[in-house]
Amino acid sequence: MSLLHLVLREIRYRRGNFALGVVAVAIAVGFLLGELAVLREHDVRTEQIIAAKEAQTHARMAALEDDYRKITLELGFNVLILPRDQNLNDLFAEDYASQTMPEEYVEKLAHSRVATIQHLLPSLQQKLKWPEFERTIILDGVRGEVPIANASAKRPLLEPVPEGTLVLGWELHRSLKLEVGDKIKLLGRPFTVGKLQPERGTKDDITVWINLREAQQLLGQLGRINGILALECVCAADSLPKVRSEIGAVLPDTQIIEFQSQTLARAEARQRAAAEARQAIANELENRAKLRQTRAEFASVAVPLATLVSAAWIGFLSFSNVRERRGEVAIFRALGVRSWQIIAVFLGRAVVMGLAGAALGCGACVLAGVAWHASAAHQAAAPVSFGPAMLLLIFSASPLLAVMASWLPTWWAAQRPVAEALSQT
Amino acid sequence: MKSVLQVDKLTKTFRGPAGEVRALTDVSFMVAAGQLVIVQGPSGCGKTTLLLSVGGLLEPDSGRVCVDAQEVHALSAEGRARLRAANIGFVFQQFHLVPYLSVRENILAAALGHASAVANDRASELMDRFGLRDRARHLPAELSTGERQRTALARALLNRPKLLLADEPTGNLDQENARRVWECVQSFAGEGGAVLVVTHDPPPAQNGHRVLRLNQGRLAL
Repeated sequence: MSLLHLVLREIRYRRGNFALGVVAVAIAVGFLLGELAVLREHDVRTEQIIAAKEAQTHARMAALEDDYRKITLELGFNVLILPRDQNLNDLFAEDYASQTMPEEYVEKLAHSRVATIQHLLPSLQQKLKWPEFERTIILDGVRGEVPIANASAKRPLLEPVPEGTLVLGWELHRSLKLEVGDKIKLLGRPFTVGKLQPERGTKDDITVWINLREAQQLLGQLGRINGILALECVCAADSLPKVRSEIGAVLPDTQIIEFQSQTLARAEARQRAAAEARQAIANELENRAKLRQTRAEFASVAVPLATLVSAAWIGFLSFSNVRERRGEVAIFRALGVRSWQIIAVFLGRAVVMGLAGAALGCGACVLAGVAWHASAAHQAAAPVSFGPAMLLLIFSASPLLAVMASWLPTWWAAQRPVAEALSQT
Repeated sequence: MKSVLQVDKLTKTFRGPAGEVRALTDVSFMVAAGQLVIVQGPSGCGKTTLLLSVGGLLEPDSGRVCVDAQEVHALSAEGRARLRAANIGFVFQQFHLVPYLSVRENILAAALGHASAVANDRASELMDRFGLRDRARHLPAELSTGERQRTALARALLNRPKLLLADEPTGNLDQENARRVWECVQSFAGEGGAVLVVTHDPPPAQNGHRVLRLNQGRLAL
């Protein structure tokens, strides 16, 4: 008869005590696997949510791309026509073109039948000191939109500024506390404030718009302009070089640059949307990571606590088992059974208890996982599963837990005086 | 005649909250191979203390116990266990059978401490001899008291010990079963074993056996 035979016989005889121990181990295993499953499901759900958000973003970006393409086709390009000898570096540094060209260029272009041009806005701009208010401003002389010959009548994009009036940018009227109707002077000439512009966040906020003719007079540039804005230039090829080439053919003494195109604005909006989408995904990831950390922290407390309670319970059961078997231990000692054999019998029981508890815990978790996975609410979640490493861990840690919990009672059993135990039983 | 058990000036005192109780005082005797020695005396005279001390289960305060020329209390706990497994058989009044083992398994439990290739055959032989063959698969709870004591006796004899120690082996038995147990014990002695039985029951026959009387921990001459 082997010690294992003895262990198995005893387990069969005292099934109740053994079953309670098995349940304790199974609960500890269940807690571990359950928490791991929750964390794993969290990761799977996170991947699914992020994948869905990315797909949503891609779809949105594709829609924006399509929208952008359509808008581009409809809007065309905005171009600024400048004198050929204008240094672009100076233009961008000073915010206005220092070179001028004849105002008649705009008429020439309007009558040129260039099909790509939709709107023409000539202007004479100059940065200067507004002596009456000690302010640096951009003076912009405009004459409104020049009608395109033989083109269908369109609502003008820009109304002309009536003579004797001016339009003030936001920063100017705000800081100078000027209202519509106020009488003010500009370079010694009296003007009435005709309109106040809202805040734009550009150089427009320090711009004063007046009639082109008056600007030419004030700046001593009669018949001269320094830029023509050609808006919504459309061509079949949807290409800036094509627009440049058509305009250049009419006005060879000019240069053409793309200017604050609405298509560019759209593209920027699209980029902003993409950035927002990326930020939304990053936020989601951050929130999910925080949630995972909370769950992991809970697991880091719950699993050891469940293990500790299980160990205490197993220890109690082992002690109860040892007390019940005092006489049995004593008679084995009297028969010459060694202490290590008695310890092996009790610890062997603990090992079998640990293995059975591990099997029960794993089985219960798999069944619970299958049932959970099958429920409508969690069909997207991954079912409970564990690899060989996890199984190895569970099936080695569980017997170890049971052995450790049974160690003290076992040692106590092996050390009990035989004579005393025999007399008590 | 060869001495199997030699006891010299064995003394044992129990110390408890109520004070000291001298259980054995300078007890000396010997049991030779083939001899059945019966220790008689009233309850509480130290009979069981003597038996447990002889078997190495209770440490005496002084004195010497030699079994098969080995001084029992000079051995380590594991050494005493080996000595018991190989040379000493125990029989108790309460039988002390393992409740979840069958008759056969209870008998074979003695082989846990003294592995033997012939343990199974020996167990079968003892079951035949003690009329337990039909009860081989039964648990102790399913046996009569006589069968339980015979099972305990078979277990004690499995390893062919040189010394059989029996503590009131017939105390719980009826006359018929007591007679059968005594027959078994006498048979063991007849085959050359040394037997030390403590009892306050008079044996059915004292042919060739020595009786020691213990009174208040001392052997009466």
